[in-house]
Amino acid sequence: MNFPSNLKYTKEHEWLRIESNDIAYIGVTDFAQSELGDIVYVEVETVGETIEKDEIFGTIEAVKTTSDLFMPVSGEILEFNPLLDQSEGDNPALVNSDPYTEGWIVKIRMTDLAQLKDLMDATTYQNLVA
Amino acid sequence: MQTIQVKSTPLTQKHLALKAKMSAFAGYNMPISYAGIKEEHICVRTNVGVFDVSHMGEFIVKGMDALALVQRVTSNDASKLVAGGIQYACLPNGKGGIVDDLLVYRLADDMCAAGEQAFMLVVNASNIEKDWSWIMSHAADFEVTMQDISEKTGLLALQGPNATKVLEKLTSVKIGDLKYYTFAKGKVAGLDNVLISATGYTGAGGYELYARNSQMEKLWDALFEAGREFNIQPIGLGARDTLRLEKGYCLYGNDIDDTTSPIEAGLGWITKLKKGDFINADLFRNQVKNGVAKKLVGFELSDRRVPRHDHLIENEAGEVIGKVTSGTQSPTLNKPIGMGYVSTNYTAVGSHIWIQMGGGKRFAAKVVKLPFLN
Repeated sequence: MNFPSNLKYTKEHEWLRIESNDIAYIGVTDFAQSELGDIVYVEVETVGETIEKDEIFGTIEAVKTTSDLFMPVSGEILEFNPLLDQSEGDNPALVNSDPYTEGWIVKIRMTDLAQLKDLMDATTYQNLVA
Repeated sequence: MQTIQVKSTPLTQKHLALKAKMSAFAGYNMPISYAGIKEEHICVRTNVGVFDVSHMGEFIVKGMDALALVQRVTSNDASKLVAGGIQYACLPNGKGGIVDDLLVYRLADDMCAAGEQAFMLVVNASNIEKDWSWIMSHAADFEVTMQDISEKTGLLALQGPNATKVLEKLTSVKIGDLKYYTFAKGKVAGLDNVLISATGYTGAGGYELYARNSQMEKLWDALFEAGREFNIQPIGLGARDTLRLEKGYCLYGNDIDDTTSPIEAGLGWITKLKKGDFINADLFRNQVKNGVAKKLVGFELSDRRVPRHDHLIENEAGEVIGKVTSGTQSPTLNKPIGMGYVSTNYTAVGSHIWIQMGGGKRFAAKVVKLPFLN
């Protein structure tokens, strides 16, 4: 299982990649997609909203189970990955096949950069799920 | 500290070697999926796959009163079974609910002394002890011996449209002549006395093979060897669940349990009210005559969210009218499907219902005819 070292991780099995200054991408980890199994739908109806850390910003439906998506840090949802969006690419299986790059879920503008220090690095996260 | 003993099947090492995703189910460490639920599901619907379902329980009931006991405790009419025949049935619990659902096998008379009958009852793994105590508690007045052979019996399900082509390479038993819900015993892959049953809970056709634990690894290997030309695959319990749900088959603990009657569950077809007295016969007759307050229905959603066990079902006004018992994204139909109990006013095909998924979100659904997939 793969946990890139340039990402930050949460205990809810999400990753965050800082793009520039206060802009970041969020997705779910390789471990999360593997546990969920075949992902059939990703619902994000929060674009434009500002959501607090640990609050729900979306939902993933897999064949077997449903899982909510939680904000790793507070921020404004700028974009939902059009490749996953049912009205555009409609390819939620990308979260299974490529969770860290093509399968990103949302792009956000972080509102409290101090919260980043609460996230885990790759080694710490890997130990958590090992 | 409490330690929970998780049992293995004779094939656990095979599953681990195949890197299956494993999980404790009914006290057994079972494979949930190998390649992925969708891929496994489609493999069974269109081709052929093998399930290890050795966790299932098997009881032998034998004696002068074996038929009488089976008639007393099960809902179906076992007097209609001839040797080699199988019936789906349930065990009513005395309060109008269901102890378990099961298969009843009428075994050959050569297993018995004159005047005796013998049956094999195949029950859910999670209910082995409960079923055993329940049946024993009714056996006192009957001249029978009962034997629990669960621990020494393995079970493989070979399912899918190519199942016959795979199995006929391994046996001289004329399996093509086996009608649905009948069985024969014979040699499979050189292994003696395998029970070949034309059953399975997938609706994809195929066989279930009962053998001794010591035969299971060899049987498993032989099926994969014979099935190689068809690209046969191992299938986990995840796909077993989606396959049975597309066919509208009930899963004990989800769709039926100690609080649901077979009449409510749409299992009237295995509840033979004219066969004579059996547990809860009068209660069920009364339910058929006067109607029931809730019934199990199938429904589809137009949205992409997936209904799950225990989601509440509402009417347009937001009043709770029932509860979801099973739900999934149908891999064949590519849409969310579910079953649940609703008040009788909402059971007609085409009825509009809403599934409450929490967080103030509810999604429109429509009652459809079962099975979802013909």
